[in-house]
Amino acid sequence: MSVIFILWLREVKKYVRSRVQIVTSLGGPLMYLGVLGFGLAPVFQRAGEGSYLQFMAPGVIGMTVLFTAMFSGIAMLWDRQFGFLKETLVAPVPRLAIMIGRTLGGATVAVLQGTLIFVVTLIAGFRPASWIAVPLAFLVIGLIAVIFSALATAIGSSLKEMQGFQMVMNFLVMPIFFLSGAIYPLEGLPAVLAGLTRVDPLTYGVDGVRGLLTGRTHFGVALDVAVLVGVGVLFVLAGAWRFSKIEA
Amino acid sequence: MSDRPIIRVQHIVKSFGDVKAVNDVSFDVRAGEIFAFLGPNGAGKTTTIKMLTTLLRPTSGSLELDGLDPTAHPTEVRKRFGVVFQDPSLDGDLTAWENMDIHGVLYHVPRHARRERCEALLRMFELWERRNDLVKTFSGGMKRRLEIARGLLHTPKVLFLDEPTLGLDPQSRNQMWSHVQSLRASEGVTVFLTTHYMDEADRVADRIAVIDHGRLVATGSSAELKAQTGSDSLEAAFLALTGTTIRDESATAADQMRQVMRVWRR
Repeated sequence: MSVIFILWLREVKKYVRSRVQIVTSLGGPLMYLGVLGFGLAPVFQRAGEGSYLQFMAPGVIGMTVLFTAMFSGIAMLWDRQFGFLKETLVAPVPRLAIMIGRTLGGATVAVLQGTLIFVVTLIAGFRPASWIAVPLAFLVIGLIAVIFSALATAIGSSLKEMQGFQMVMNFLVMPIFFLSGAIYPLEGLPAVLAGLTRVDPLTYGVDGVRGLLTGRTHFGVALDVAVLVGVGVLFVLAGAWRFSKIEA
Repeated sequence: MSDRPIIRVQHIVKSFGDVKAVNDVSFDVRAGEIFAFLGPNGAGKTTTIKMLTTLLRPTSGSLELDGLDPTAHPTEVRKRFGVVFQDPSLDGDLTAWENMDIHGVLYHVPRHARRERCEALLRMFELWERRNDLVKTFSGGMKRRLEIARGLLHTPKVLFLDEPTLGLDPQSRNQMWSHVQSLRASEGVTVFLTTHYMDEADRVADRIAVIDHGRLVATGSSAELKAQTGSDSLEAAFLALTGTTIRDESATAADQMRQVMRVWRR
């Protein structure tokens, strides 16, 4: 237990100390929020869908959590060769404890970063339908964070080269984001696209957060949470399995 | 000093695909000695250390560390050694103290003992004044010293040092080995080291093993190796044993990352 705690604490400490990174990593989401959010607002309005900012703010929060969590996988590749990971791999503690500590730490950092973006959306004019649901929305955000931190751990444990991660970003992370319904409604999509959005775990995450924050949901929050919990268990098991196989 | 060797390696083989990185290697390391493991690049030194430190499984053969098999009892074996890897394994975004403290938690050193031992080791390695500074602000020599101090925190029986002086200036190297020698005197720890600097091995090692192309080519004290090859220096003996051909390793992913890191460190 103390092992999980200290490895979690390490991730959080590192995050809090990296002020420059915190600010620069807000750049991407801010661009989506500013350019897309305000750029597409008139079209969205004319289509009778209401405020685009209200619609996409939960999507941008989901995106931030996704990118932050996946980035911890890149950090892990680096860490394995030139960093602290090897120190933990030769320590007399179960690999599972190390994996859980790291993954929870990465997830916590992703939630903190998501919270920052939530505040930014509030400043931009986003208003939750009910403040009481905000803590519940953060539980869903936490689930998204755990899912993608575990996925990042699984990928970071399986890859040997930094270049491999570029491919992961292009062929996995970007599609996960674009197919999630973060920036467009899921209603009335062509069948193929609709099918793809349904196998994307982030779709349920964004839908759940949107449902709780704005009342607009495609699948219903209960189904969203059920899918997220299921996928979360699966990914954590996969991450633990891959992590246990690392040979340095 | 007991008669039972602290490390016993018998006929180990490690293959990566068709390549035998370590091929039928056997040797013993006695408790309390400083044992140098020498060889050209790609000879199998690091692979052997990784097998002894539970990071790799041997393809065949048997290993023993303090009477225990690292593949069968990894956790028990891990409690018994400390290791300084070829590539750094410190967390640069944490302070020296935090790096030490996390190590103590990972090795289940009780809180009170942890504090005392962290302080004693940081003082010994002349890092106490800088304990609250982030490790990324440290010089190469300070980082190495911190890694050794950290490796000793849980009072291991064996300390593995894989090229600990690589990239250090002569002053830092000299200081490093003085520390290692006084440690052996004060803690009775067995030291298993690799290095490319023959003068270092000559100076500190009680016994030396030379490995080349995955095979052990000689074992003995520095004097014995010199006598065996009719050389007047360990460097000449080493070249007589391993030849003068330069070993071109094919670049691995890790080498490419090292390249990137060198650029980043500037």
